[in-house]
Amino acid sequence: MSEIAQPPVKQPAKEKVSLSSILIWVIVIGLLTVVGLGLLDSRVTRPEAGAEAPVFEMQFFDGYEWQGRPAVSLEDMQGQIVVLNFWASWCVECRVEADVFEQTWRKYADQGVVFLGIAYADVEPNSIAYMEEFNLTYPHAPDLGTDISEIYEITGVPETFIIDKSGEIAHVQIGPINEAQLDSILSQLVAEGG
Amino acid sequence: MNRSVKTDYLIPLLVLFFFMAALPLAAQTVVTDDQVNEVAKDLYCPVCENTPLDVCATQACADWRELIREKLGQGQTEAEIHNYFVTQYGESVLATPQPRGFNLLAWVFPIFAVLLGGTIFVRYIHGIRIAALEEELAAEGGAIASEPNDYISRVEAELRER
Repeated sequence: MSEIAQPPVKQPAKEKVSLSSILIWVIVIGLLTVVGLGLLDSRVTRPEAGAEAPVFEMQFFDGYEWQGRPAVSLEDMQGQIVVLNFWASWCVECRVEADVFEQTWRKYADQGVVFLGIAYADVEPNSIAYMEEFNLTYPHAPDLGTDISEIYEITGVPETFIIDKSGEIAHVQIGPINEAQLDSILSQLVAEGG
Repeated sequence: MNRSVKTDYLIPLLVLFFFMAALPLAAQTVVTDDQVNEVAKDLYCPVCENTPLDVCATQACADWRELIREKLGQGQTEAEIHNYFVTQYGESVLATPQPRGFNLLAWVFPIFAVLLGGTIFVRYIHGIRIAALEEELAAEGGAIASEPNDYISRVEAELRER
């Protein structure tokens, strides 16, 4: 007895990849990419003491240049102790420390210390008026595009970063700094040669 | 016309003429609060998060609004003022991100989100319909399968006889 021929087994039809499936995956992958990039970006932390001070460019206010130069980079100041202070004319607490900075600047000017004032989110005429009000003589620059404050991720004003001669952040001060504290830090850095 | 009549009429007319000539010029430099806020509403406060400049009460915002007033008085347009603020304070001051670079995602993402949602919804409805159809076919197929298949039985019987 011959075997009964079995009907040919139908192969299951290959499932076609639909355009909608492709679209969904493209969008999902795109969103995951964006989220991933955002998470990577959030890992960048604000500069703290012990870290290398981020470099930036600045254009000084007229009459407030450093060594007669209208624009410099922080790198140009390497080898000097830099007191980087973020302020604004509308900032009440900044007025508390304005005199402190000017007096301390005059004391340490010939000891390799540079004071840099960065006017944050301020209107130029008001910034000029503020500097004139407190007879500030050290270099000041506007924070154009808020680039510098973004690099240093300041949380507000006033904030001060003291950078040693090797370009490393020696101290971070959130809020106003008093004369005794500033003098103590600078005298130590000057004595250490860094 | 005698001299007194000329004096009586000419001088007042001259005064009126110069006043009227100066009036449009004065009107141009007077900027209303509404005009300032029209520009300010598209800018964010520099210190307060997500607070439009036209409603912010801080001193910084007041300074910025005065700056806007000054620039409007100088004849600058809203676009020129916005560009100035971006240059001075960065793109984060704009209430609406500019459609370029990474910020383009803020414009494109909602469209893709709607497309994604719509696609998923259409596929879901399609899937429901297919499932209902398959159930219907399965019910009909079961009814067919329960009928005695005489043809196959007869074929098998005839093959056995050979």
